[in-house]
Amino acid sequence: MASYSMLKEPEVNLELALQHGLTEEEYDLIIKKLGRKPNFTELGIFSVMWSEHCSYKNSIALLKTLPREGGRLLVGAGEENAGLVDIGDGLAIAFKIESHNHPSAVEPYQGAATGVGGILRDIFTMGARPIASLNSLRFGSLDSARTRFLFEHVVQGIGDYGNCFGVPTVGGEVYFDESYKDNPLVNAMAIGLVNVNQTASAVAEGKGNPVLIVGSSTGRDGIHGATFASEEISEKSESKRPSVQVGDPFTEKLLLEATLEIIKNGWVVGIQDMGAAGISCSTSEMSAKGKSGMKIDLDKVPLREEGMTAYEIMLSESQERMLVVARKGYEDKIIETFQKWDLNSAIIGEVTDENTLSINYNGELKADIPPFELVLGGGAPVYIRETTEPEYLKQMRSFNFGKIPEPDDICDTFLRVFSSPNIVSKRWVYQQYDSMVRTNTITGPGCDAAVIYIKGTNKAISASTDCNGRYVFLNPKEGAKIAVAESARNVVCSGAVPLAITNCLNFGNPYKPEMYWTFKKVIEGLGEACRYFHTPVTGGNVSFYNESPDAAVYPTPVIGMLGLIEDLDHITTSYFKNENELIYLLGVDNEELGGSEYLKVIHKVVAGDSPSLDLQAEKDLQKLVHDLIRNGVINSAHDISEGGIITALAECCIMNMEKPVGAEVHIPIRARTDFAFFSESQSRVIVTVSEENEDSFEKIASESFTPFILLGRTSGSSLKINDQFDFNLNHLKDIYFNTISKLMNEAD
Amino acid sequence: MKPVFGVIVFPGSNCDHDAYYAVKKVLGYNAQFIWHKDTDLKNSDVIILPGGFSYGDYLRTGAIARFSPVMKSIIEFANNGGFVIGICNGFQILLESNLLPGVLLKNKKIKFECKDVFLKVENRDHPFTNSVDKTVLKIPIAHGDGNYFAEPDVIKSLEDKGQIVFRYSSADGSTDDEFNPNGSINNIAGITNERKNILGLMPHPERASDSVLGNEDGAAIFHSIANHILK
Repeated sequence: MASYSMLKEPEVNLELALQHGLTEEEYDLIIKKLGRKPNFTELGIFSVMWSEHCSYKNSIALLKTLPREGGRLLVGAGEENAGLVDIGDGLAIAFKIESHNHPSAVEPYQGAATGVGGILRDIFTMGARPIASLNSLRFGSLDSARTRFLFEHVVQGIGDYGNCFGVPTVGGEVYFDESYKDNPLVNAMAIGLVNVNQTASAVAEGKGNPVLIVGSSTGRDGIHGATFASEEISEKSESKRPSVQVGDPFTEKLLLEATLEIIKNGWVVGIQDMGAAGISCSTSEMSAKGKSGMKIDLDKVPLREEGMTAYEIMLSESQERMLVVARKGYEDKIIETFQKWDLNSAIIGEVTDENTLSINYNGELKADIPPFELVLGGGAPVYIRETTEPEYLKQMRSFNFGKIPEPDDICDTFLRVFSSPNIVSKRWVYQQYDSMVRTNTITGPGCDAAVIYIKGTNKAISASTDCNGRYVFLNPKEGAKIAVAESARNVVCSGAVPLAITNCLNFGNPYKPEMYWTFKKVIEGLGEACRYFHTPVTGGNVSFYNESPDAAVYPTPVIGMLGLIEDLDHITTSYFKNENELIYLLGVDNEELGGSEYLKVIHKVVAGDSPSLDLQAEKDLQKLVHDLIRNGVINSAHDISEGGIITALAECCIMNMEKPVGAEVHIPIRARTDFAFFSESQSRVIVTVSEENEDSFEKIASESFTPFILLGRTSGSSLKINDQFDFNLNHLKDIYFNTISKLMNEAD
Repeated sequence: MKPVFGVIVFPGSNCDHDAYYAVKKVLGYNAQFIWHKDTDLKNSDVIILPGGFSYGDYLRTGAIARFSPVMKSIIEFANNGGFVIGICNGFQILLESNLLPGVLLKNKKIKFECKDVFLKVENRDHPFTNSVDKTVLKIPIAHGDGNYFAEPDVIKSLEDKGQIVFRYSSADGSTDDEFNPNGSINNIAGITNERKNILGLMPHPERASDSVLGNEDGAAIFHSIANHILK
């Protein structure tokens, strides 16, 4: 998009509307709603507000079918900047996940950094202090130099932003698959803590209340970022680099402190982050929510460049800004607070009781739109698109597992699977993140779930992000259920009760019927699983158009799960603790290899059906693990996922780098050794029990509905399996902890 | 009587609350925040310059913070024998202020690195280490610019005068190069001035003070200075 400041405003017509990403139908709807043709600034505002990114026009109807209330939810999906969950003691957790895929594809460092910045602002505009962040990343194969470039800079962008801001990055996940080659997924999640009676709302109400813009000044960066995020990635995307914003974590840190101060002091009626669509979005959404209007004078907005037009100011996505509606009479206090933190703040207008967003600049009325017409839940269009079951599914399901050649050398096969970048430790990544600042990190990155201490209580929260895109590709509904189940299982293994989820739904083009079918099935699966586990959806983000000229990415609904640990004594980690303990497997194997890491790494194919998930069996398993932990019977709990039981056992042995513990086990085999070792059947957890707790364990486990077997004992300095295979722990450690840094060409 | 720790808050400090919490809530001493625009150290016995990214560290780490109004008071305080601990970014500020010699360069691997490291305690007869009862401490680091460098004569003098307090090591105290996380000369992790009232170190003892987090090795450093003051 060229700069219009030097030009006369172009004439608004259908062609210009189409250039702005609107459809003909939508352009006609705008004319109908306004009762006239929009002017240039108004067209710009409508185009960003009705973009997929802001309006959720192709997803909202389906999203509304998800369970969005109940349990400990104080604020449900879509009501505020982030969801809010009660954890007792007068405290609540605000948390949310959001994508920054498209910016990261063209400018990985800033794209990822501003993704972190955006989600942190969503949290602290709720009045909550961010206490942890996680991220879920997907890239192509590390063989490609382009992928290594994207990977390196995304990680650095996340690290530099979070580290400087002072939020610990405590967990997440990284997957590599060719499917994500041109369109990486960068999903950032943030978690904040707030006193229940000190939360803030994103609302504008009370005629005459002053409206302030605070934080950074406004520049030309990021204009039409929201529209860019609503297109497929192509060769032309490189030219969209100016649509990517530039992050300033230091300013954001100051903004955090100042914002929390004004909220705590009760000077704020409402506050909203300026992310996508900048001033347009915050003014219209806050007004619509409060059933108010707003009169804004753009001459008062602090600018960082001269000659900006109303169009540019309204659409700028300059980072580290917020819109604040002050309680009348307290605006000076707010300005003083921002001055103390060396930040801009300016009164740019006031709340009105008229049903219009009135934007003025240089003495001219530049836009006059009823705010309700602009927003999601208001006048923004809502579509339910056509669906067709994808052709590829039948072909995938007909895959004959009997024809897979059985490997001659299981040892070598295992070492190859275990060396997969999807399996090995992501230490190379998480050591670049400050995972400990704020001194609450009890379990940091590298375990099934992160555990964060809530100071002043005897509680901790647990968080995990999960999704296996291959499973979802092979079976959208089942794959989505597995994503919820696995994230719940992970927090349960850390000692927590799952409370609620946030989700980031990464899909291709919704106008393609096969893609929309997949999206619909995923929503069905998520809804079913979340209802079953009583983990309502607190909100999140939908990212469509994750496509390159070749193909769409795997449908990837990333789940961010929040759990609560009521007693610090219940905190449990994944790895073996001591020698001579009993190793049990909870749950059963069905020798399922569809979409497995084994199939991909050894046989170079992604095929079959996803593993099956029995929601009741999963629930029983989670209850058993929880009971065992509460009764102090187990010393470790690790779920079986990618790479199967053999991989999980190896991880248990070496995950604690400082103190590896060997094991001697027998893995039962039904059909074939490779099937049994690498099966990714769900609802399975490996636990260890000290000898004195053997009876208690057997008693509790026998009373549950979950089958269990004794696999063996911890001992020695190697992993011995079925009296046939013997893996030296030092060798496994080297593979596990150094593979990614070697692939990134910097051997440790 | 409890010693009073004054924790300086620069814009961009992000370990200020951690230091405050560790000395006050965990270890039971008195603590107070001091705003960078203030010049009154409010009768603090020990000043802590906490970790973080003062002023965003967009120029050179610590380079702008040294010009804060509070630094003038701290320099005067230190020159009069007052006790000062600079942790991570605080260490960088001490170097920029010439309260300690040397500089901190980018880590040899260029990347920010956060992990537990082991520190060999070189000198346990010292205001900052008199209560340390181990020869090796486990304390986390989290920095991108922790590669300590000084001219050879400065290093020699630091060594000769026993000003090197902590060196990166293995769990059993070996200071081989493989245990050096950032390229620091002679594995230097923490130093004092000659008078031994100013300590600068890259590792974060405040992150290893609370039993809830499973590691209390760092607490001994705060106890040491408290004991020294009470003596």
